[in-house]
Amino acid sequence: MTKTITDVICPFCGTLCDDLEVVVSDDGKQLLEVYNACAIGAEKFLHSQAKDRITRPRMRQEDGSWKEITYDEAIEYTAQMLANAKKPLMYGWSSTNCEAQALGSELGEIVGAVMDNTATVCHGTSLIAVQDIGIPSCTLGEVKNRADRIVFWGCNPAHAHPRHMSRYSIFPRGFFTGKGHKGRKVIVVDPRPTDTANVADVHLQVEQGRDYELLNAFRVAFKGEKLPDVVAGIPKEKIYEAAETLKSGRFAIIFFGMGVTQSLGKNHNIDAAIAVTRDLNEYTKAAIMPMRGHYNVTGSGQVWGWLFGFPFAVDLSRGYARYNPGETTANDLLRRDEVDAVFVLGSDPGAHFPFSSVKKIYDRPSVAIDPHETPTTEVCKVHVPVAFVGVEVGGCAYRMDNVPIETRKVVEPPEGMMTDEEFLSRVLARVKEIKGV
Amino acid sequence: MAEYLIKNGFVFDPVLGIRGDKADVAIKDGKIVETNAVKSPKVIDATGKTVMAGGVDVHSHVAGPKVNVGRNFRPEDKLFTYKPRNGIERMQGGFSVPTTIRTGYNYARMGYTTVMEAAMPPLYARHTHEEMRDTPILDQGAYPVFGNNWFVLEYLKNNELENTAAYIAWLLRATKGYAVKVVNPGGTEAWAWGLNCENIHDPVPYFDITPAQIVKGLIEANEYLGLPHSMHIHANNLGNPGNYTTTLDTFKLSEGIKPKSKFGRDQVMHHTHVQFHSYGGDSWANVDSRAKEIMDYVNSHDNITIDMGQVTLDETTTMTADGPFEHHLTELNHLKWANADVELETGSGVVPYVYSPDIKVCAIQWCIGLELALLAKDPMRVFMTTDHPNAGPFIRYPRIMKWLMSEESRKQQFDAFKYKDKVIDATNLAGIDRELDLYEIAQMTRAGPAKALGLAHMYGGLAPGLEGDVAVFDFNPNEPYAPDDIEKAFSNAEHLFKSGVQIINNHEIVSNGNKRTLWVNTKVNENPQVMRDVKEKFLRYYTVTLNNYEVSGHYLPNPYVIEVDATQ
Repeated sequence: MTKTITDVICPFCGTLCDDLEVVVSDDGKQLLEVYNACAIGAEKFLHSQAKDRITRPRMRQEDGSWKEITYDEAIEYTAQMLANAKKPLMYGWSSTNCEAQALGSELGEIVGAVMDNTATVCHGTSLIAVQDIGIPSCTLGEVKNRADRIVFWGCNPAHAHPRHMSRYSIFPRGFFTGKGHKGRKVIVVDPRPTDTANVADVHLQVEQGRDYELLNAFRVAFKGEKLPDVVAGIPKEKIYEAAETLKSGRFAIIFFGMGVTQSLGKNHNIDAAIAVTRDLNEYTKAAIMPMRGHYNVTGSGQVWGWLFGFPFAVDLSRGYARYNPGETTANDLLRRDEVDAVFVLGSDPGAHFPFSSVKKIYDRPSVAIDPHETPTTEVCKVHVPVAFVGVEVGGCAYRMDNVPIETRKVVEPPEGMMTDEEFLSRVLARVKEIKGV
Repeated sequence: MAEYLIKNGFVFDPVLGIRGDKADVAIKDGKIVETNAVKSPKVIDATGKTVMAGGVDVHSHVAGPKVNVGRNFRPEDKLFTYKPRNGIERMQGGFSVPTTIRTGYNYARMGYTTVMEAAMPPLYARHTHEEMRDTPILDQGAYPVFGNNWFVLEYLKNNELENTAAYIAWLLRATKGYAVKVVNPGGTEAWAWGLNCENIHDPVPYFDITPAQIVKGLIEANEYLGLPHSMHIHANNLGNPGNYTTTLDTFKLSEGIKPKSKFGRDQVMHHTHVQFHSYGGDSWANVDSRAKEIMDYVNSHDNITIDMGQVTLDETTTMTADGPFEHHLTELNHLKWANADVELETGSGVVPYVYSPDIKVCAIQWCIGLELALLAKDPMRVFMTTDHPNAGPFIRYPRIMKWLMSEESRKQQFDAFKYKDKVIDATNLAGIDRELDLYEIAQMTRAGPAKALGLAHMYGGLAPGLEGDVAVFDFNPNEPYAPDDIEKAFSNAEHLFKSGVQIINNHEIVSNGNKRTLWVNTKVNENPQVMRDVKEKFLRYYTVTLNNYEVSGHYLPNPYVIEVDATQ
């Protein structure tokens, strides 16, 4: 006999789908099938069942090989490393639950760490822009029920957030959007002909790195002022037309991704995109939303918000919280040799940071807490495998629209494996002992 | 648990009717007890000091999504405000939107022990509870917002009172909420289309119901259930010149309705931050105070309570579920604007604001708030708030006490205004010489709000049986004092007890307490129609499933459940 668990939350991307169904064996130890998930989400669940999964901590030896160690030894190494470091970097926090993030924050306070999350190489620029100009936004249900003008700017949900379009943005039939896809106009702004662009009514193939110009051209066009013949590779007629499409809608939403946040202009692009949204509110209703990547990167920004007042790049090393992106951000600290130990949880900087940063991790005392073997675990001194949050342990996660959802445990972790929370609370207790607090 | 005896203080307690007489207060097993019930207590010498019950804040935005937007999008609010970790105290930062840790400590330092979060979007209830969990010391509850909720709009349009009540009971349970909050009824739903409801008869787009129907319906549903607190409203047309007529119209919706609650409150409507709703004139050029008209009504109708929403003349962060108002404000001051509309339920906005004594309107707002309190005939029905952080941060409560207790301090403030004469012309305050005493302050900050919340059996006084929430302030009311001494003493409690635990000893925080979260569990008759409607709406219009909506127990590690039986 098998059991089917419904309303399961997918711990992969910021779309945080909560309608998955998972079939598990009668004893709850084996996960057999995943329904309703996208290919990536299903893989995340099924991957937990891999037979060659690493289930015990490992320490790198002199000759580069791994030696299995106990959780107690891993806790001791981590606690000593953090307690003895002058300024450790505690990075990641995006693929874990808020409970672990809160524990990690307390730990960071005691050891004087720099806390940074994956926003630092993703939507951190958006967060900076929000500090400049604010952000008129909404929940995804508002989009589903009301939006008739959808813009995807520098993002490709067809591949990165596969169920976004069907659950929230393009296809669903909501309360005031009974015609679904037919009632909506979709504009995609992207230099590449993506699969998302294929389903759009309008594809504005902006020149690489010219988003700032195009966004400002929209602001000009809204006011009916003059534009040059071509802006950012787009003929002005198409810009006027797209601007009119947005103004004539009842409810417009702009979703944006790394194409604008990490290309030339960075936070200034987002400033302009939010200004476009503000302007649109003079004519109709408009909102804008970052397409957050990791399923709980949003949550780590929230937790640090209420504990420290800043959403990323929080430097606690002076005993109080400082925030200065460019100075207190993970890559800048690593490359300037300003941190003397590296703790990674719930992220894979080995795969996503520049090589010059990854080398610095390799050179330092370092711990990676991650269920998977990743490029990060390959450069760290100790790898602590843990249970999958959202699969083998529950806990709170925040969707890209900041809606908190409690993820579910659907299957038992391999015997004797710790969760992020258990590991962190043990390290915290040990650090308190060492520091005498 | 330790026993305490607080000896020889000047006690101000409206519950026992003690007006500054010397008396002893004993605490045992977390409660106040008769002084002869303690055997070997730790004695606190309060000779020459003021002793009061722990403060109760009826309306403050301290936890939840919009509060955190305020924190995260205002790094400048942390400038010069950070305090490092020290002993038992964790890191603290932020001025107008402090971190949760600082929120708990700062309230405690003012002698406050119970604080109600004034607006919880139901879909974000988990977030609100996570923040309250991380706010030390204080007992807290949160009010879910109902005034723009699609279920409520549809039921009330069809006059379905019983269904409205059953839905309220369900949502309070699902969100672990405390009371029925209403913000700009209908107007925030209209804002989802970029519109607003500007008076109580302005129909809500599509739903075809008026704010008046929503308000009246929710009062009736609230009394049908007999909830501890009354319907708690922020009316339409907030912050606009001439809006006092909308406020009076809203008040009148409560006429003829009597409370049906076992929790001892007398009001059926609590109108919050009334300062923002008491403006005359028809433009910012001729705006004036209508506090007199407002207070004439409040003084003569005992089924209403209000709170002040006092402007403190600081740079602060405004945040409200009144989405259209925040858009209006950003158009006015051109500062950054955050907005978050919430599917089927509500919306909200956040905009920084500078209340400058050099701006005439800000000075007029300052006068209006104080007038409301000084014109109050019954301080048990008019409470001190700043609508934190909207009119100013809560840490200014002791400064407001100073203004209320000292005409001299008000004169000093008038002299500091750039447009003093114009401000005096547009307001009544300069002609009011009333000075409140500490007994009246205790009514406005302790006994009054506790009673209005339906929590007079727990908080607000020093009668045996109440929670052991006691504050001792280094203030001798019988000696001559300068106005600033009031602010100084009440900003920094010498001792504080919360549920019998000593939180502050000699001005130092010595415990993080055992914070509790209050919520109301209402039993109603089974209502298949409402449950069917709930299922249907989640299936078709929400983006989370019904089974993932309810806030589960572990978000409230230390819950205090108030049971209400409305099955009769």
